[in-house]
Amino acid sequence: MVTPNSISRETDLSGGEYKWGFVTEVEQDFAPKGLSEDIVRLISAKKDEPEWLLEWRLRAYHHWVKMAKEQGEPEWAKIRYPQIDYNDIYYYAAPKSSAEAPKSLADVDPEMLATFEKLGIPLQEREKLAGVAIDAVFDSVSVATTYTEQLEKLGIIFCSFSEAVKNHPDLIKKYLGSVVPYSDNFFATLNSAVFSDGSFAYIPPGVRCPIELMTYFRMNAEGTGQFERTLIVADKGAYVSYLEGCTAPFRKTSQLHAAVVELVTLDDAEIKYSTIQNWFPGSKEGEGGVYNFVTKRGICRGVNSKISWTQVETGSAITWKYPSVILQGDNSTGEFYSVALANNHQQADTGTKMIHIGKNTKSTIVAKGISAGQGQNTYRGQVKIMPSAENAVNHTQCDSLLVGDQCGAHTVPYIEVRNPTARLEHEASTSKVSDDQLFYLRSRGISEEEAHHMIITGWSREVIKELPFEFAMEAGQLLKVSLEGAVG
Amino acid sequence: MLQVTDLHASVVDADEEILKGLSLSIGAGEVHAIMGPNGSGKSTFANVLLGRPDYVVNSGVVTFDDEDILELFPDQRALRGMFLAFQYPAEIPGVRPWQFLKAALDARREYAGEKPLSVRDFSKLFDDKVEAVGIDPDLVKRSLNEGFSGGEKKRNEMLQLEMLEPRLAILDETDSGLDVDALRIVAEGVNSLRSPDRSFLIVTHYQRLLNYIKPDVVHILVDGRIVETGGPELAITVENSGYEQYITAAMAD
Repeated sequence: MVTPNSISRETDLSGGEYKWGFVTEVEQDFAPKGLSEDIVRLISAKKDEPEWLLEWRLRAYHHWVKMAKEQGEPEWAKIRYPQIDYNDIYYYAAPKSSAEAPKSLADVDPEMLATFEKLGIPLQEREKLAGVAIDAVFDSVSVATTYTEQLEKLGIIFCSFSEAVKNHPDLIKKYLGSVVPYSDNFFATLNSAVFSDGSFAYIPPGVRCPIELMTYFRMNAEGTGQFERTLIVADKGAYVSYLEGCTAPFRKTSQLHAAVVELVTLDDAEIKYSTIQNWFPGSKEGEGGVYNFVTKRGICRGVNSKISWTQVETGSAITWKYPSVILQGDNSTGEFYSVALANNHQQADTGTKMIHIGKNTKSTIVAKGISAGQGQNTYRGQVKIMPSAENAVNHTQCDSLLVGDQCGAHTVPYIEVRNPTARLEHEASTSKVSDDQLFYLRSRGISEEEAHHMIITGWSREVIKELPFEFAMEAGQLLKVSLEGAVG
Repeated sequence: MLQVTDLHASVVDADEEILKGLSLSIGAGEVHAIMGPNGSGKSTFANVLLGRPDYVVNSGVVTFDDEDILELFPDQRALRGMFLAFQYPAEIPGVRPWQFLKAALDARREYAGEKPLSVRDFSKLFDDKVEAVGIDPDLVKRSLNEGFSGGEKKRNEMLQLEMLEPRLAILDETDSGLDVDALRIVAEGVNSLRSPDRSFLIVTHYQRLLNYIKPDVVHILVDGRIVETGGPELAITVENSGYEQYITAAMAD
């Protein structure tokens, strides 16, 4: 057995083998702002897509136009934001003038550099994150392909979505939209029409992916929407651990991010999906920031299969995301571990859906929300036991931590049980960082800030320990940086 | 080392004072005991010395090594060498004792201009102390104080005392709720740390602990003031005749 190790982000972004997918090709491409059938056709044509994919996009587009007209954006989440003007967004790699971009780190906002410093991001990566103009234009996609050869030998496919469309059309045709149909919801439908690129992974039967696969997303030009699409298929008896990292440069205006992730596990397969989401949260005053409307869903299609979502959500002005699992195969397992942080004016409405269909299916939900400043944090989760799901088991735990007295924590569980053999447990707690805890740590010489950090990461440990080691370290640091100014 | 002069303190937002002009002086290497009835202000005094934010100092002066410490934060006092063994240590979920003590010791060493101990050296020291204090090694892999019994919490306080090696250790009723074995461990810990440049202030209701730790000076605290100071024999007197006489005298004032 090969011991799993991970493709570290540092290696990926500084290594010479790093590829930028189709991005460099579109450097000279210009498409006007706004959404129309022509834009959808243009995206598809530029990517040289087959007819069936264009048709799929167009179906999504027309459905979206109808949705926009008839009902608009979903309004049930506890989030407030100004109306999004969908015609004021670039849907295709926006023209980026290198004259406007900073020429070197010396031109970059010192506050942003200080943040990178604290996160321990290597210098070369900092330049990229800061959007320093070098010869490449960075866009929505970055797939680490460093280990491609090693993976190829095992029959593992790991590439950008566009490459997969070209090289593995049968797999894409079979699975695209099979978990999140193009008509699923407002944002997923929008994504289906205009998705730019993303990642595709396929693990063949019986293969345990020896390394962790990672995709690192960052946002680019001002006014650009980001619409990536990820599809991961673990065939019978396969295993993969997949990491997703996100960051965005500081922008004064808000940016829309509407991604779709689809996971499929067949018999005895397992996918472990970990996310650290650190999109720009907006300024302390609530200016700018990313609107993160993401649809993530997995289906345990086979028996004894497992899908596990772990997420640490520290970024975005608005987070609207509910990584879910459809437990179709008998004895399948779904897990959701989440830490969501809302500081300053951030709003997070996040949770999960566990849909039990197969017999003896099991789901675990551990959702932790940290609210600070004027942040609003909502856990919204659904557990649904279908009539066919004999002996289904769910355990849900929702914990909220309040830092300060101007923030809010809300818990909205939806439980629907249609089989009397089901066993469900729901625990919820709300707490504050107590003065006793702070005094205890400080009386040992630990500074106030460090004491807060220790208490908060300790409180989040149940979730953070589910992350791969390097990610866990980064998650701890992110919580610390994200809470700066909220304590004391 | 510690000089307290006419200290007045109350609970934040409360009118009534708890400490009403407390004065005492502890020299380097000395072991002092403060005894007193319930509600006399013993625990308040111990906590005020470390700067617990629940209390406000109304007047008076406290110096540690001739430095006025009343304006310092609790962590700044700790870095200067003060330590409080808590009567009711806080439970902190998800924070392991190992991690917590490493951070505390690193902070202290950094303040002293020393490099942090390597993980290896720290672990060895930690394991040795865990054994010496008699804590179940499985316990320190869990969350700090969470699910610890009363006795385990007190032992954990002693572990911290031994690891951090403060110059002034204040023990706030560390003996309460302890069985004889645990009491002996606390006493052994204190006795082994006694040195010419380390002082102790032992806050206790009963004389029991003083059978194991021999104080140089005993103070009787009643109604927020020291009403009598003497040698170890004073503890015996109190044990035999109770606090009644002091309370009556204080009321008559």
